[in-house]
Amino acid sequence: MKFDKPETTNPIDQLKVVGQPVNRVDGPLKVTGAATYAYEWHDPHARLAYGYPVGSTIAKGRIASMDLSRARTAPGVVAIVTAKEAGQLGKGSRNTATLLGGPEVEHYHQAIAVVVAETFEQARAAAALVHVTYEEAEGRFDLTAEKDGLGPTESDVKVGEFETAFAEAAVRLDETYTTPDQSHAMMEPHASLAAWDGDKLTIWTSNQMIAWSVGDVAKTLKIPPANVRVISPYIGGGFGSKLFVRSDMILAALGSRAAGRPVKIALPRPFLMNNTTHRPATIQRIRIGAGRDGRITAIAHEGWSGNLPDGDPENAVDQTKLLYAGAHRLTGNRLATLDLPEGNAMRAPGEAPGLMALEIAMDEMAERLGLDPIEFRVINDTQVDPGNPARPFSHRQLVECLRVGAGRFGWAARDARPGTARDGRWLKGIGVAAGFRNNLTMKSGARVRLDRRGVVTVETDMTDIGTGSYTIIAQTAAEMMGLPIERISVRLGDSSFPVSAGSGGQWGANSATAGVYAACVKLRETVAQRLGFNSKDAVFADGEVRSGDRRVSLAQAASDGELVVEDTIEFGNLKKTHQQSTFAAHFVEVAVDAATAETRVRRMLSVCAAGRILNPKTARSQVIGAMTMGVGGALMEELAVDTRRGFFVNHDLAGYEVPVHADIPHQEVIFLDEVDPMSSPMKAKGVGELGLCGVGAAVANAVYNATGIRVRSYPITLDKLITQLPGAS
Amino acid sequence: MRAFTYERATSPVQAAAAAAANPDAKFIAGGTNLLDLMKLEIETPAHLIDVNGLGLDTIEATSEGGLRIGALVRNTDLAADERVRRDYGVLSRAILAGASGQLRNRATTAGNLLQRTRCPYFYDTAQPCNKRQPGSGCSAIGGFSRQLGIVGTSEACIATNPSDMAVAMRVLDATVETVKPDATTRRIPVAEFHRLPGDTPQIETVLERGEFITAVTLPAPVGGKHLYRKVRDRASYAFALVSVAAVIQQDGTGRIAVGGVAHKPWRVEAAESELPRGAKVAAERLLAGATPTHENAFKVPLVERTLGSVLDEARS
Repeated sequence: MKFDKPETTNPIDQLKVVGQPVNRVDGPLKVTGAATYAYEWHDPHARLAYGYPVGSTIAKGRIASMDLSRARTAPGVVAIVTAKEAGQLGKGSRNTATLLGGPEVEHYHQAIAVVVAETFEQARAAAALVHVTYEEAEGRFDLTAEKDGLGPTESDVKVGEFETAFAEAAVRLDETYTTPDQSHAMMEPHASLAAWDGDKLTIWTSNQMIAWSVGDVAKTLKIPPANVRVISPYIGGGFGSKLFVRSDMILAALGSRAAGRPVKIALPRPFLMNNTTHRPATIQRIRIGAGRDGRITAIAHEGWSGNLPDGDPENAVDQTKLLYAGAHRLTGNRLATLDLPEGNAMRAPGEAPGLMALEIAMDEMAERLGLDPIEFRVINDTQVDPGNPARPFSHRQLVECLRVGAGRFGWAARDARPGTARDGRWLKGIGVAAGFRNNLTMKSGARVRLDRRGVVTVETDMTDIGTGSYTIIAQTAAEMMGLPIERISVRLGDSSFPVSAGSGGQWGANSATAGVYAACVKLRETVAQRLGFNSKDAVFADGEVRSGDRRVSLAQAASDGELVVEDTIEFGNLKKTHQQSTFAAHFVEVAVDAATAETRVRRMLSVCAAGRILNPKTARSQVIGAMTMGVGGALMEELAVDTRRGFFVNHDLAGYEVPVHADIPHQEVIFLDEVDPMSSPMKAKGVGELGLCGVGAAVANAVYNATGIRVRSYPITLDKLITQLPGAS
Repeated sequence: MRAFTYERATSPVQAAAAAAANPDAKFIAGGTNLLDLMKLEIETPAHLIDVNGLGLDTIEATSEGGLRIGALVRNTDLAADERVRRDYGVLSRAILAGASGQLRNRATTAGNLLQRTRCPYFYDTAQPCNKRQPGSGCSAIGGFSRQLGIVGTSEACIATNPSDMAVAMRVLDATVETVKPDATTRRIPVAEFHRLPGDTPQIETVLERGEFITAVTLPAPVGGKHLYRKVRDRASYAFALVSVAAVIQQDGTGRIAVGGVAHKPWRVEAAESELPRGAKVAAERLLAGATPTHENAFKVPLVERTLGSVLDEARS
């Protein structure tokens, strides 16, 4: 099905099931432990062996020697694979560094061997016996040191004459902000079980993008994609770190080939930080010029980030092309080559760190203009792409988000003068920030089956990374086929199913359900035809198909055998003619200890405008999780770079702190009632990343309101406040 | 983790003798720290002596009016003990400020005193660390040192002792009771129990080979307000950047000990005489000679301000 015209009315609009706060259909499996995660597959695999990775202990250089003799003779060892044993490997199209390094070493904890043994403990013990010597090379590990040589590039996006307009602006801001390297720090580490059957490989894993994985596993191992099957029905969090094939898949496959047995491997926790990917640190310079009326005339956002050779920049400037009005604009990324581990997507790549900076800048600018921060944003709202005014937003309710939120949060009671609100030993402050994230759509396919019991089974390689994909897909099929949700069975995360959008970039929910919608449209036609209805008149409801006086049970259509159809939604030009984005307003109240400068969040509200909300319960869970991640980014998360040795030092969950329950207070989420007929037949958009975008700045602005201290370097830890706080009593 | 042999101790003296007989042996009680370190091969004992079956899990009154806490009393039970909560509130509060409920259920009194530093370089076996591998150097000096020590440090090591409980024990003048392999016993004031790193940071306590902790005793209650303030980047489940244990009397005199700043709970009795003059003077005395790094210099004002806040609270 091609989606290239704004959607009119369709069966989803009934909202009997879609749009309802349906409980997760996979909830009981998960709370009873019956959902099988990657490392938990056991039963089908006799003679399972265990792999354990060996990581490089230098950041850059060359392996001089590798002594495997002690490891080979250690108890239980079945096989050891290094680059030498693995032979010539290809490289996937989505990983920057090779996943099995050697003799060249590209980053710290790059995998350089996998040890396979009878038990996990034996594999781990033997891995520690692999003795490696290196020829260490000098690396570049310090973004700040590399920044100076990096100026404007040809890919800078210019609208009007920024420099002139900025110079002439009555009120100006020119500030630099930094965000640190961050780790996804999801609960479930990367894990894979690989098994070969002749030249066919099956990998049970934890991955967000099944078809990408098939392609990159095939490319890396130099085998046909048709010989690779990837299965990933349950995923314990990914946040982008599992978008791509990582070393666990490749090491399990190579280990299994060498051992002649199925091999299971989970990456040890420190590997999450230094072996897989992370969100790269940024340095962001923002310049805003405005008239005394508060209208922005010039806005520039430049971002510096680093990555391995051939890696991408962290695109922190992208939202600044679209979020606010202004005739003269400049945005650009400057990329340094760094020899730190690979930087790559983490939840809301680009916008998350970009808004952490931009939305502080907006707060600062509002203050310089003597404007309320909400009013300043309202004045500069735009309903069209500022770089191309002929191109409107499909639907943009940023102002409504801000207004509704202000009312609900009690914004009017805020004293704009910093450091004025006090509660005992706590300094109180309130902050606001806009949230923005583009609505991406991706081609997505599904297969639907109707059996003689009247049960509809949906099969798609879509993944559920804890987001609720199973549930919203079941809701979609139930709505389309006129069935109660209990009569829908959803099977996900298997490359033998049709290729879906997968989970990433907050495109999953809208795109994947649209794919299921397309398949269900086809199934309805098939059913109608089979039962002798005119498909245009047929009504699907209560397990029946009706037209006029005639009603037949849906199951009847499959009485002669299962009906199976498949379709794919493809998105046409609407995203070119219309800018599709999602919007939010985030409100945060913090308290800062007047003595110790510890910041604790007291309440949070996010108001989201993101098209139709397919399931308010799972969407709310998405947003409160994102808000929590926003608090982490604002107050504590930072991968500490050792710029001498080139690695992230705090490489475990004790050292890399993310919020715990005690850090997270009352959270409220409001979804504006919205449908966007430009986005898909579902009229929905993404929301899972929107909930993060801007939260950090709302926290930072609240800290400023509480203390009068403007911290432009995340995370806002107490050491950045303590020397500027008023003296101890 | 390397392979190891295992035995269950039958008595404290037998445990001590068994440990003395095998230079690669370690006692294991709650295992909340040791097992993690073994998995990472930071600790590589060849033999474990499980002391969990030895009893030593009761809290009894002493004839001096204090308490004798068995070495194997779990942190949860110690913090919840009615006498501890009434007469030694700082101890209960310090314990509850540490770790998580699950860990406190397993962790023991003696084990808590013996837990090892959380310096991130100690935890990465690929990096030089004088504590883990004597003579290899200190990566933390000149590296990521935000969490690390500011006072009593050495050229060889700037690690901190991570315990909350030990800070309270120090302010309460607790005594560590031990038995040696030859069945002799000794009483070690907690002030002398932990060592400064000097040039042997791998030696963290004054315990001799095989010497086994049987109990920790608290002297008779001293009254006063008992406070424990732990300052950290998140609200729970984090090690202290700085912590202050305080017992403050109505007249403004009292005792203070500080955690998160040194290789041992940091208490300077001479600084306590300055308490009536306020936090600034007392903190200056407490941290005299401090040598913070660029990254942890904030701990100096943080100690002063936290102490000030604690004194405010004591007065209120």
